[in-house]
Amino acid sequence: MESKNREALVDPLFNENPITLQVLGICSALAVTTRMDTSLVMSIAVICVLTLSNVAISLLRNSIPTNIRIIVQLTIIASLVIVTDQILKAYLWDISKQLSVFVGLIITNCIIMGRAEAFAMANPPGLSLLDGIGNGLGYALILMITAFLREFFGSGSLFGKQVMPLVSDGGWYNPNGMMLYSPAAFFIIGFLIWGLRVWKPDQMEED
Amino acid sequence: MQRSALYTILFATAVCIVCAIVVSSAAVSLKPAQEINAALEKQRNVLLAAGLLEAGEKIDAVEVQRRFENIRMVVVNLETGEEATDIDPATFDQVRAAKDPETSSVAPKNRALVQRLPDHVLVYEVLGDNGVEGIVLPIQGYGLWSTLYGFIALDNDLETIRGITFYQHGETPGLGGEVDNPKWKARWVGRKAFGEDGQPKITVIKGPAGPPAEDPYEVDGLSGATLTARGVTNLVHFWLGDEVLGPYLENLSRRRAT
Repeated sequence: MESKNREALVDPLFNENPITLQVLGICSALAVTTRMDTSLVMSIAVICVLTLSNVAISLLRNSIPTNIRIIVQLTIIASLVIVTDQILKAYLWDISKQLSVFVGLIITNCIIMGRAEAFAMANPPGLSLLDGIGNGLGYALILMITAFLREFFGSGSLFGKQVMPLVSDGGWYNPNGMMLYSPAAFFIIGFLIWGLRVWKPDQMEED
Repeated sequence: MQRSALYTILFATAVCIVCAIVVSSAAVSLKPAQEINAALEKQRNVLLAAGLLEAGEKIDAVEVQRRFENIRMVVVNLETGEEATDIDPATFDQVRAAKDPETSSVAPKNRALVQRLPDHVLVYEVLGDNGVEGIVLPIQGYGLWSTLYGFIALDNDLETIRGITFYQHGETPGLGGEVDNPKWKARWVGRKAFGEDGQPKITVIKGPAGPPAEDPYEVDGLSGATLTARGVTNLVHFWLGDEVLGPYLENLSRRRAT
């Protein structure tokens, strides 16, 4: 793969991760990560919306009038999000109920607007497609790690399957209830940012 | 790049039209599947309230139908409190009936903020080996942000709560949205809906309530959701009270007594 393409796809995973480096999309990362299955569906939804919006905006990048570009981007993103929400409601009813408002709130997820404005407006569709997938995966990676830790220690389960029998069901594991509250996600994401910046010191910000 | 004003307007219009077509065709083509899901969800909630479905238990449409064999749907005339035999319960749509001026009326002023009441509502009788074991009654009303739609089920004494559930609402997830929490809903079971005077008495309080035997008229509050909890109290009182289901419940208990 050409290096530019690879960069667009792989860089957002660790080097330029939207959550840990740019600290975008935190709101939904707190809200949906109490369970792995909701996080997975949310991740897939964000990858789809991000990829499609990047491609659509990249295709139109030379014809969008500059003075209305933000609202045009927003219109395209909002339409994609509504369609995604409708599909989830039709085929994944239970999970869409759990995700409730957060699918709709993908519209306000800064990652998507950010990539549209920073990347898709200036790059061809092919590259924007890879950038969309890459950033979506970067978001998904952090979401899944956070969800794994929160569900595992908070409920003793993974994807809703009990892996550590709970004391309340006659097992031995006493779940850490704090993991299920939003602050736990803050701590986990904070530790992830710390770990990543120790591994890659060039991501550290100057004082 | 800078373009003429006309170009900008035309471009904006074109984007709007394309997006509108995409969104509306998705909404229209997916509607049947969503409606089936919504109807199933409602039936699952009837079973939940009736105690025929465990919290967290996942069952498919076939199983829902099978368990519904133990349930008899009854269309009730709210004014007379009698069963309306001329309406087929299978096709009766309470939500639609409440919107149509022909089949509904303006609700009396109430704290549940219900605007219109249908002339008829659908209730569900839970059948056991010895006849009717309980009834599932519809409830709805305003919480903090949204109208909550749900069911409350009573045991055959028409007093003890068998279960409560909400199948549609838009309260804040984690706060008012905790009305969906199975643990909280379980706190209702075994408490008494009506006081000595026959009026609805069950109330969601602030803080914890005692066990049902000692503290039969109070339910534990939802922390951070005082207004949603107050809404739930109001809507339960309204629907079980004289203005809505009171006449029907009175008829039922009179019939049980004879």
